[in-house]
Order: sequence, then C-alpha cells, then structure tokens
Amino acid sequence: MDDFPPLSLHVPEPEVRPGGTPDFSNVPIPRAGSVPRPPVDVDPRDIRDLAFSIIRVLNREGEAVGPWSGLLCDEELLEGLRHMMTLRAFDARMLMAQRQGKTSFYMQHMGEEAVSCAFRKALEPGDMNFPTYRQAGLLIAGGYPMVDMMNQIFSNEADPLKGRQLPIMYSSKEHGFFSISGNLGTQFVQAVGWAMASAISNDTRIAAGWIGDGSTAESDFHAALVFASTYRAPVVLNIVNNQWAISTFQGIARGGSGTFAARGLGFGIPALRVDGNDYLAVYAVARWAVERARRNLGPTLIEYVTYRVGAHSTSDDPSAYRPKDESEAWPLGDPVIRLKNHLVRRGAWSEERHRQAEAEVMDSVIAAQKEAEKHGTLHSGGKPSVRDMFEGVYAEMPPHLRRQRHQAGV
Amino acid sequence: MPRMTMIEAIRSAIDIAMERDRRVVVFGEDVGYFGGVFRCTAGLQQKYGRTRCFDTPISELGIVGTAIGMAAYGLKPCVEVQFADYVYPAYDQIVSEAARIRYRSNGQFTCPIVIRMPSGGGIFGGQTHSQSPEALFTHVCGLKVVVPSNPRDAKGLLIAAIDDPDPVIFFEPKRLYNGPFDGHHERPVTPWSRHPLGEVDAGHFTVPLGKAEVRRKGDSVTVLAYGTMVYVAEAAAEETGIDAEIIDLRTLLPLDLDCIVESVRKTGRCVVVHEATLTSGFGAELAALVQEHCFYHLEAPVGRVTGWDTPYPHAQEWDYFPGPARVGEALVRAMEA
Repeated sequence: MDDFPPLSLHVPEPEVRPGGTPDFSNVPIPRAGSVPRPPVDVDPRDIRDLAFSIIRVLNREGEAVGPWSGLLCDEELLEGLRHMMTLRAFDARMLMAQRQGKTSFYMQHMGEEAVSCAFRKALEPGDMNFPTYRQAGLLIAGGYPMVDMMNQIFSNEADPLKGRQLPIMYSSKEHGFFSISGNLGTQFVQAVGWAMASAISNDTRIAAGWIGDGSTAESDFHAALVFASTYRAPVVLNIVNNQWAISTFQGIARGGSGTFAARGLGFGIPALRVDGNDYLAVYAVARWAVERARRNLGPTLIEYVTYRVGAHSTSDDPSAYRPKDESEAWPLGDPVIRLKNHLVRRGAWSEERHRQAEAEVMDSVIAAQKEAEKHGTLHSGGKPSVRDMFEGVYAEMPPHLRRQRHQAGV
Repeated sequence: MPRMTMIEAIRSAIDIAMERDRRVVVFGEDVGYFGGVFRCTAGLQQKYGRTRCFDTPISELGIVGTAIGMAAYGLKPCVEVQFADYVYPAYDQIVSEAARIRYRSNGQFTCPIVIRMPSGGGIFGGQTHSQSPEALFTHVCGLKVVVPSNPRDAKGLLIAAIDDPDPVIFFEPKRLYNGPFDGHHERPVTPWSRHPLGEVDAGHFTVPLGKAEVRRKGDSVTVLAYGTMVYVAEAAAEETGIDAEIIDLRTLLPLDLDCIVESVRKTGRCVVVHEATLTSGFGAELAALVQEHCFYHLEAPVGRVTGWDTPYPHAQEWDYFPGPARVGEALVRAMEA
C-alpha cells in the first residue's frame, strides 16, 4: 500500500478562459452527410455510434447533402427561415425592452434558434412540449401570437398568466407548450408521464421533453430515462447542449461520459447527436424521433450540439467566464446565416430579399410590441389585479385564503 | 353494512374510483401484480389491467413526476409512495410543480393527483418507516393534506381526494390499518370489525375534504388530533376522567377552523396532539390559530403533546410515541392552569 501516492480530486476546467484564444479544435465535427440514417425501427444497439457523432446536412458550401437531407421544400425552408429571423428580432426587441425597464428579466436564444423552430415543424397539432426557458421558437413556429408572449413578458393587464410568472415562463396548452417551471429538469420526467398517459389512453399524440446540458445532472433526468425506457413511452427527449450552464462549462455536468447523448445508451434508448445550428439536420432528426414515438417504438434521446451566443439571461455577464469572441470561433456557425446561404444556393432566396425580410420581420415585431404596450409594461400602464394574486391557487378558494384576501383589502 | 379494515376501505375506494372513471390510474412500487406491501391495491391490476394499475421503478421522483405529466394530459393518477419516509426524493416535484401548476399556468394545466403514503409509527419501523411529515406539506400552498383515522373516513376521504381537482397528499396512519390503536401497545388492538367506524358502505360515498368531526363531545377541554392520536386522546380522556371534546381534524389543509373555534370558545382550553416532532410541527399552526381566534376565551395556555425532536428511534419507540399517559398529563395541566 505504501506505493500509492496521495489521492487528488479531478475538477474539470474548460480549455480557455477570458483573455485566452478560443479553441474548439478538440470538438470533432464530422463531414455533412457522413452519418447514416437508420430505419426508425432500428435496434438501438446497432446505432450506438450515433451518440458520439454529429448528424449534419448543410455543408460549408451551403448544400444539403447525405441521407438526412431532402425532406423539406423551398416554401417550408423559407417559412423556417422566417421563424428563426422572427425569434431573433423578437429577442433583440425584448432585450432592449428589459434594458428600458419595461420588464425585469429576459432570456434570449441567439445561436440556438434552429433547435426549437425546426423541432416544432416535426410535430402535429395536439402533441405536447415540456420546454425549458430557451425554446420560444416552439411558440413562434407554432403560430402563438407574439403579442401574447409580450403581454406575459411585460406582466401587463393582458398577461395570459396574470402576472404570476417570471417573464418568458410562457404557457399555452392550445399550442402544445406546457407551463415553464423555472426549476430545472422537473419537466423532463413530466413529459414522460404525459406520453405514458397518451399511450394508456390509446391516443396518437406524443410528447417532447426538453432539458439543457447542465440540468442533465438533475435526478429528474435519470428518472425520466428510466421511466421512458421501462414503459417505452412515446416521447422525444431533447438535450440542448449549448456548452454553457450560466458560467459552468458543459464538462462539469457531462463528466466522463463523452457526450450527453451517450447517457441514453445504458437505458437502451436510441441516442442521436445532431448539429443544432443546422435547421435541416434538426428537422430531419426530430422527424425521425417523432415517427418512432408515433409508431409506438418508444423514446429517442437527442443531443443538439449548439452554442449559447448570448448571456444566460439579462442578469448574466459571460465576459467574466469565457473569451468574448468564443462564439465567433464556434465551428458550427450561425443557424440563420447557414439556412439563408442554403436557400440562396437553391435559387429560392437572395441577399436582397433577405435584407427586405429582416426589415419586414422587425416591423412585425415592433407592431406586436406597440400593441402589447397598450396593455402596459411592468412599471407603467395596466397591471393584473391584486385580487388575481389570490385566485387559482386551488380550483375553489379555501376559507383561509378568502380571509387573507379580505385582510389584504382586495 | 359490511365491515372493513382501513386497508380494505382504501382498496374499496380506489376500486370504486377506477370503476367510475377510466381516467383514474394507480401505480407505485410493488403496487401492481403484488398489490402493495400493505395490500391496499390487491386485485386491482387483475381487475383493471396492467395499463391502469402497475409497478414502477424505485423512484419516488419518477412516480410523482410522471403522475404530474399524466394529470396535465387529463388522467387522474392516484399513486402510492411506499412509506411517507420515502417521499423526499419527490418533494421538489410536489412543492415546485404539482402545487403550483394551476396557479402558474392560470388554469391551463391542472394537477388532480393523489399521493397516498403510510405514515406514523408504532410498528417498530425505526426512523425510516415511522415518520409523520405532514407539516412539510401543510406549509405548501396549492396542496391539500388529508389524514383519516378510521375505515369509513379513509374510504370517503380518498374518493373525495381522487375526485378533487387539485393535488392531495393522503397520509394513512399505518398503525390504524387493522384497528383503532390507542397507544396501549401492551394490549391487543380491537379489530375494526368490532368498532362502529369499521362499518363501511360498500358503494360510492364521499367524506368532504376540509371538514373536521367531533369524535367525543365534552365541555372541559378541546383536544385537536388526527390519525392515530384521536384514539390516544380518547384513551387519555377516559383514563383521566376529564370531559374532553376531541376533534378529529381529518383534513389539515384546508383546515376546518370553524369547528375548532366553536369548540375552544366553549371549553376555554385546548391541547394539540400529534405524533410528528414538536418544533415547527402542525401543532404550532394550530396553537397560533387558537390563540388568534379564541384568546379571550382561553383559561389556560394551549398545550402541545408531540413526538420528541429526535429522529424516530427503534428500541425507544414507546418512550418517543406520545401515548395516553403524556396526553393525560397535558389534559390535567390544562385543567389545573
């Protein structure tokens, strides 16, 4: 025993910190089109390598290549581009609104627009998402009115959630968007439960759970995978790996497992990694997983490899923990520009039309904002009533709450 | 009228709820094929099939988390946590999720689930099979908390809980499963078959949530109790000869304050008893409410008799359990004040 040196603790560190030169040379990026597309009823044991690769469709020249390409027509792609541009313009306006004091808090999607926008396109009406706080593309691409989103952000008199929730914690049952908790990871296992309920009821609808790289460390993630695996729940389990959990790099949650997708392998759940900045790849993989769920073949785990270009939230300053220009070095590029370039290459789009569209999209966001602000913003104009604060804790207000409401004088 | 143990009454309630409403699903550890370690779900999988009554992995978080998702879908899950002592892995799902989904979604999504769990000591279960964690749930707005004390109430309250549109934590004092245990561990318990509250209607009926019941009429002192402590209080009243009025709270949240206030204003004295630990226990809330609403009627300080502020011990079970002698002393103190 004397031969053993003292133990020491391993604490992972990212490659580069502020002041250093961003370096993603350790992130292997497979060639677009190089990863095979298995049939949806594949034995998960036969596609273990898909948990360690990255499925990509758009190559550096803007061409769609390989077995995962060819699913969307020009019009669908143009619509997808517009969704992503809308989300980006929406974020820009709401960030500004937060700085102007019109709301207390905001979270943007910069760099991650393709993930939620393209995934939404693979779903059918009636399917249910259990999202985190960075999937507003599900709402935008699902046709939820921007005015309602802004009313929620401004906590104004028209807020569909009556001022009870932190800004951006939307909820819309009608649009297949479960109430965002704000507690991390909890919704992942609820998505599995919703999917089990659909199967119990012999329904045809499926669920999608969402979680970030950091929150996969929560027990809820593990429980979700156990239950999804055991009952073969018709659910798509999405991990958005945007490299950063506030200031903590993804290596802290990932540990020694190689990839987040690889976590699915021990559960016998097919696990795929996809280029999260590639609209076509996200859509293709989402459609594959959705079809598996719909055919009662069970769950799929998808890791979207992407990068959080912006701050975690308006309360965060990433320059304190990562190089300022790290996002420019990110090897998977920008999702909006990549889809735009592809459409230009297809002859379905041009730089000129793109500039026009940017202006149109911004106009529509500004018009929605004007409409929303008529109903008030956080500190001015119409507000939800104080009486509303006491409503909805229970279906029927119990006596002690009635007494407290009376005491509050409302 | 048929006679039932509390276990049979609970099983009958679930059976009737499943029969009446296809949305009711039942699951938990050992709940399906085997019918639960206390047998509360015996025969239900055979009757309703594996997709409506099934076994789960050992994950209270998973049981409650999936139940919440199912409720969001539109089912009405009635799940079992094998012992209340095991509920903590699900605590975040209950507190941050189940309790708040209606509120935070402005009613778009609701959470009509029932989480059943055996609680309380008296079976030599040690610290991991004896706890009474009700106060951890009565502190949470959005939940309802129920503790039945007899087969009739257990059935009626459980059917009402399953019908309820909001999440209900349903504690089953396990020492009462087979009879009205009064703390006299040295003598056998009367089986429910020989107790009037063991007579249970075989059909559908409900006992409303939020309503207490006076178990023993009296004029001298009000005892606020629930679960096993109802019978301990009865024994203490008989043994001291003090004319106590014993209120079985049945639902802790929302609480039947009117019933409590009416009684304490009549007797002018109040003793609160529970098996859970003292500090920040539900008794603290009861004592605060009594002084707030009955201060000018009180002739004595509000007394509390509870488990000690220690983990539930094994060998010292009967030194820990607040039995009839300790409750009796508190009644005498209240009368002598």
